[in-house]
Amino acid sequence: MHETLFYIFAALTLLCGLLVVFNPFSRNPVTSAMFLVLTMISISGLFVLLQAYFLAAVQILVYAGAVMVLFLFVIMLLDLRESEQRRLKTFSTVLGLAAVGGLAAVMIGTVKHAQAGAATAIGETRALGKLLFTQHLFPFEIISVLLLVAMVGVILLSKREVE
Amino acid sequence: MDWLNHYVSGLTAGQQFALFSLLKVLIAIFVVVLPIVAYTVVAERRISAWIQDRVGPNRVGIPFTNIRLWGLGQPLADGVKFLLKEDFTPAYARTVYFWIAPMVAMVPALLTLAVIPFGSQLGAQKVVIADLNVGILYTFGIVSLSVYGIVLAGYASNSKYPFLGSIRASAQMISYEIAMGLSVIPVFMLVGDLNLGKVIAYQSSGAWLVFKQPLAFAIFLVAAFAETNRLPFDMPESESELVGGYHTEYSSMKFALFFLGEYAAMVAASAMMVVLFFGGWTLPVAGLDQPAASLGMGLLQVGIFLGKLILLMGVFIWVRWMLPRFRYDQLMKLGWKRMVPLALANIVVTATVLFWQSIKS
Repeated sequence: MHETLFYIFAALTLLCGLLVVFNPFSRNPVTSAMFLVLTMISISGLFVLLQAYFLAAVQILVYAGAVMVLFLFVIMLLDLRESEQRRLKTFSTVLGLAAVGGLAAVMIGTVKHAQAGAATAIGETRALGKLLFTQHLFPFEIISVLLLVAMVGVILLSKREVE
Repeated sequence: MDWLNHYVSGLTAGQQFALFSLLKVLIAIFVVVLPIVAYTVVAERRISAWIQDRVGPNRVGIPFTNIRLWGLGQPLADGVKFLLKEDFTPAYARTVYFWIAPMVAMVPALLTLAVIPFGSQLGAQKVVIADLNVGILYTFGIVSLSVYGIVLAGYASNSKYPFLGSIRASAQMISYEIAMGLSVIPVFMLVGDLNLGKVIAYQSSGAWLVFKQPLAFAIFLVAAFAETNRLPFDMPESESELVGGYHTEYSSMKFALFFLGEYAAMVAASAMMVVLFFGGWTLPVAGLDQPAASLGMGLLQVGIFLGKLILLMGVFIWVRWMLPRFRYDQLMKLGWKRMVPLALANIVVTATVLFWQSIKS
């Protein structure tokens, strides 16, 4: 049962992920965005199978619920016809492949050094919070500052014409 | 009943769990929520008529007889009308999304109910479909998905008014989701657990959280109005500017799904408020604040929960017909400049008080 579900969700994740970037039926950006939402939801299904309920819920809440809605927002407000006809460019392909390579290197490095965590079904959120504020405090704060910088930047850029 | 007992006890634990979960889902949707939704529509029309000094729908009773029953047969007439009307798809609409959008609007509101404890126990079964440890986060996750129904409806319709309605809706729902999420954090700081059953247990041993966290409740209530697109925050469909908003191009049963989805979201929001702030299925009277020992007590506690739920639904309807609609900039200002800072302040104050108490003890 558990294994079957894993294969279903894994296949869904990969299939939807593929359809985001390579969809033979439509080059509509909104369709891509919707498949990205499905990918996020399938990934959260995988988290549930790993008994990481907190991560699963946050995955849906943050990525599927908030980030992707904003993506849709931007896509819908942009001119669709131009981007529908856009072809692959060499520069963006190389850049994309480089990003995939970098991410893969980080992932493989992490998985190699990871040890199986102790499964704590009860108080899982509490355990996660404790770890974030003790052992992983520094990276956590760095990421917060990074987000803050991005936010300030957005406000600065969007307010530029108002003097 | 004997053969039934025999059959159930013959199953494995996993099979029993699946059987009872399926039963709970079917009962929760078709016996509890959909009838409540249907009669909320009638109640809405009758109460609005009463507030505006009209009569309202009082004709339909039992079909093919002369018995009127004060118009209680109205949902039947509405349902038949929605099913028989022409289902029209505009030629310029994006067909696939046009079909998907009403379903996406309806499903999240029903999914939210999975973690709501409607009562304590009936026999050996808990009266909650999924007793999750991260109950509240699950709810917020699902609620955040409900915006897709509206966004897709506006995009699929491929015409101005629905598009503007859906753009407004997504901005509004994202903004108020933040206020809503921040407003419940003090509640969970007090309870110390994200499980909704634990929240009720905490309240049954002390005062209801609406008295301990009145500000959190106020913010949650306002955000709930915005999240369910109800007046005074029904920007996405404001008839006077946008014709009908995101569902302008929809007709017959597809329109009905948006309509039912809105009311189902109201039921879900009210149920959340009952659980978080009004003690769930408990009443501070002898015996009713403990998990039920007998079947009768269990049913009575479900009744108490539904009673509180219906009272809150009444508040939703009452407010709709008493307040005028906000302007869009006023709505955003209220959300970002009042609700979010207030919710943050509430978190800081609660944390300080809890810290103080932990030092003293």
